[in-house]
Amino acid sequence: MSKTYYDPADLKKFGKITEWSEELGNKFFEYYGKVFEEGALSAREKSLIALAVSHTEQCPYCIDAYSQDGLQRGITKEEMMEAIHVGAAIKGGATLVHGVQMMNKINKLDG
Amino acid sequence: MATKSLHKKGSDLANSNRQLEILSNGIFQNGELPTFKNKISETSQFPLKAKKLEILQINVGYMCNQVCDHCHVDAGPDRKEIMTRDTMKQCLEVIKNSGAHTLDLTGGAPEMNPDFRWFVEEAAKVGIKDFIVRSNLTIIRANKKYYDLPEFFKKHNVHVVSSMPHWTRGKTDKQRGDGVFDKSIKALQELNAIGYGIPNSDLKLDLVYNPSGAFLPGDQMSMEKDFKKALLDDFGIQFHNLFAITNLPISRFLDYLIASENYEDYMYQLVEAYNPTAVANVMCTNTLSISWEGYLFDCDFNQMLELPVNSKVKHISEFNEDLLEGRNIVISQHCYGCTAGAGSSCQGEVT
Repeated sequence: MSKTYYDPADLKKFGKITEWSEELGNKFFEYYGKVFEEGALSAREKSLIALAVSHTEQCPYCIDAYSQDGLQRGITKEEMMEAIHVGAAIKGGATLVHGVQMMNKINKLDG
Repeated sequence: MATKSLHKKGSDLANSNRQLEILSNGIFQNGELPTFKNKISETSQFPLKAKKLEILQINVGYMCNQVCDHCHVDAGPDRKEIMTRDTMKQCLEVIKNSGAHTLDLTGGAPEMNPDFRWFVEEAAKVGIKDFIVRSNLTIIRANKKYYDLPEFFKKHNVHVVSSMPHWTRGKTDKQRGDGVFDKSIKALQELNAIGYGIPNSDLKLDLVYNPSGAFLPGDQMSMEKDFKKALLDDFGIQFHNLFAITNLPISRFLDYLIASENYEDYMYQLVEAYNPTAVANVMCTNTLSISWEGYLFDCDFNQMLELPVNSKVKHISEFNEDLLEGRNIVISQHCYGCTAGAGSSCQGEVT
């Protein structure tokens, strides 16, 4: 067994998940491809969303993939970093908005 | 940022045989990745054969005022290889007699050849349909003697094709040198001012985009849209088409890939993006590349790798269109650069 959980070379093998469940794997990749096509959102906008979500999901494969995808699309590093801040703001906000729940509870118990 | 050519530095990679060795060894020798020959054989496209000649691309010398990081020519101020007027005369004979509809002058900075203007004047008289000069833009601002180049181009109805790696200063200067962005913008504005690049203008101005690192170019049409918007909004600049060109793993770009430990990943990217449809339209099938000494090559990349045409005719002095047509194109693994994604050529995508 590998001594680390993540190996960058595994990203190239992503397609192999289909081998153990062909129909579901194929449906997933077909869906995945369709999602990233130009639509109501541009492929460029989708790439930035994917990059931000890659970070909030903390997926190293996705971060590698969408950093490279952004470069290929001519997206600047400033745009990419701002996208990550959007993800970080939502992550931080999601934590902090629960502070209201804490306040409700404290107020109820100790009001 | 590079300041000297690989040749001047005496680098191992200045040697074309060394480059070809690297491209044939390692991951291509141990079978991890298929060789280009095996890959195109899968779709019965080997051997690649030259079709009717359409484009004559003449490299008038490797001297350049810039030393770009990824230059496949290894051009720079320290390169002294320059086409002579005698060789130019031989080229003119070929231009007159060949059926090619496009003449494409490149370098180095072609304008630095002392006989450049004479050659353009003479070649323009032949009345070729599309007469391209690949100008790096900064040359126009490099020295007073070049300030009138836009007017000179206009006078001879030259189609100007220029490199512009990005619409931001940072990315451009990183690849092409400090101050290149500002000078390029100024040169583009001057070209626009005399009618180049304006919608519906006959004075054609196209830009070439190539990635600033170890990644492939994105979709040409989307990039063109982004470039047009940014250059118009920020600087009031207009141009006609954007050509997205893939960096081929040779010369200074190969040196960069190896030094940055990106070589293998980059070759994987190229092979994974291999597109058999692009093979049918690669530029070597309708182009002939002529070196500063007058030797013939299937493309500018093969010229730099010193891989001459596979034909009895080797030199411009022996030019024979019939003998050259149908020749087998000389290939190696660098050819994957022209068949990745939507394909790549000196005219951009090929599919």
